[in-house]
Amino acid sequence: MWNWDYAFSILPQILSALKITISATFVGFILALFLGLIFSVLVRSDIKIVSLAVKGIIQFIRNTPLLVQLYFIFYVFPKIGISLKPFTAGVLGLGIHYSTYLSEVFRSGIEAVPAGQWEVAKALNFSHIQAWIKIILPQVIPPIIPVIGNYLITMFKETPLLSAITLVEILQTAKILGAGSFRYLEGFTIVGIIFFLLSYPSSQLIKKLEVRLGAKN
Amino acid sequence: MTPIVSYQNVTKTYGDLEVLKDIDFNIYPGEKVALIGPSGSGKTTLARLLMTLEEPDSGIIEVENKNLWQEEVGGELVKAKEKHLREMRKSIGMVFQHFYLFPHMTVLKNVMEAPMTVLGLSKKKARQQAEEMLEKVGLSDKLDVYPAQLSGGQKQRVAIARALVMKPNIMLFDEPTSALDPELVGEVLDVIKEIAFESDMTMLLITHEMDFAKEIADRVAFFNEGIIAEQGDPEELFNNPKTPRLQSFLSRFNS
Repeated sequence: MWNWDYAFSILPQILSALKITISATFVGFILALFLGLIFSVLVRSDIKIVSLAVKGIIQFIRNTPLLVQLYFIFYVFPKIGISLKPFTAGVLGLGIHYSTYLSEVFRSGIEAVPAGQWEVAKALNFSHIQAWIKIILPQVIPPIIPVIGNYLITMFKETPLLSAITLVEILQTAKILGAGSFRYLEGFTIVGIIFFLLSYPSSQLIKKLEVRLGAKN
Repeated sequence: MTPIVSYQNVTKTYGDLEVLKDIDFNIYPGEKVALIGPSGSGKTTLARLLMTLEEPDSGIIEVENKNLWQEEVGGELVKAKEKHLREMRKSIGMVFQHFYLFPHMTVLKNVMEAPMTVLGLSKKKARQQAEEMLEKVGLSDKLDVYPAQLSGGQKQRVAIARALVMKPNIMLFDEPTSALDPELVGEVLDVIKEIAFESDMTMLLITHEMDFAKEIADRVAFFNEGIIAEQGDPEELFNNPKTPRLQSFLSRFNS
């Protein structure tokens, strides 16, 4: 069944596609962090209609499959004049989808900051934005880093979905190689092992971080 | 003399509870006023309205002859915008019962942050002022320590330094020692006393420490059920309470 020579011969090609997988993960995640933070701040808006609209958008995105969203961005958007490359469409889809989860993480982190911190910021005459940047966010971020890290790993493992919108990441590369040689075992196994080798140590690292942060508080 | 703070027909309700009932109250420049009274009598609300943490339902609050919560736009009084409130807040500082130190900053940084961010002071200048202020409250040896490692009394002294470094004309102390273990109350009261005696800052002190109120206040006001039931010279008020409510309130502290 298993052919070592064949496995080693396709390894370089799969590894070179890893660049795409990893850059899609990071670019998508930075977008998710950014959008998630904006969502979590907008949800707290005093303007009812803004807060309700954002809540609605978040629920809609969370409760529809990522794959459907990716198809929409890649295949439907061109009909309204927005044609995106597979990488851009994929990163946008991942970023938007995960921003809705991260906004929830930010929201819980923001709510964990005592109301007195806002009051004392006001009493010391910080503007609202200064209070966010100097007082609130520095207290929000450290405790939620482990949760954010876990979402990063989850998102990394979801990147093969991008092969459905023709992005040639590692799974798609393995599939193409398989289609040419009619050997799928080696390629897909290598892909699985690569994901494991990157995800498992990362999750262990996050666990350690969690213990350290826990001890600090 | 014109008052530095003036409450005129101020009311405030929370749901069905009327915490301030048509309050008229003046504080004069440099005056040290102590507010006493049972919990829930409205004393804290009075300070919170002045710090703009809460808005009155009706009435006017004037600070340094300017309307705190309203501003004139085209000859009409409208609810003040944030810009006006920030201008007004420059004159007012507050120390809270639960300190609310910034847990992610060292003691020194806690005191330096607002002068740098809000007043735009250089780091060097802010550091110098913060160090001076922390020396005044006796914490020069704790500059690089985080709040979690401090006792309650030390935390409150940092909070006092943090408020003072902004140089407010009016300082509000909202039960500054109520959250402290009894043995730590003294060190905080001593710091406040020192400030009261040496500065001409106007001070509003909400407290349950009657001896302290007697010692530093120029005037004491007794709050009960949303009104100022009695006020006057501390000696007079404590030795000869006129209203039965104040008599029974004080008897609880003398026993």
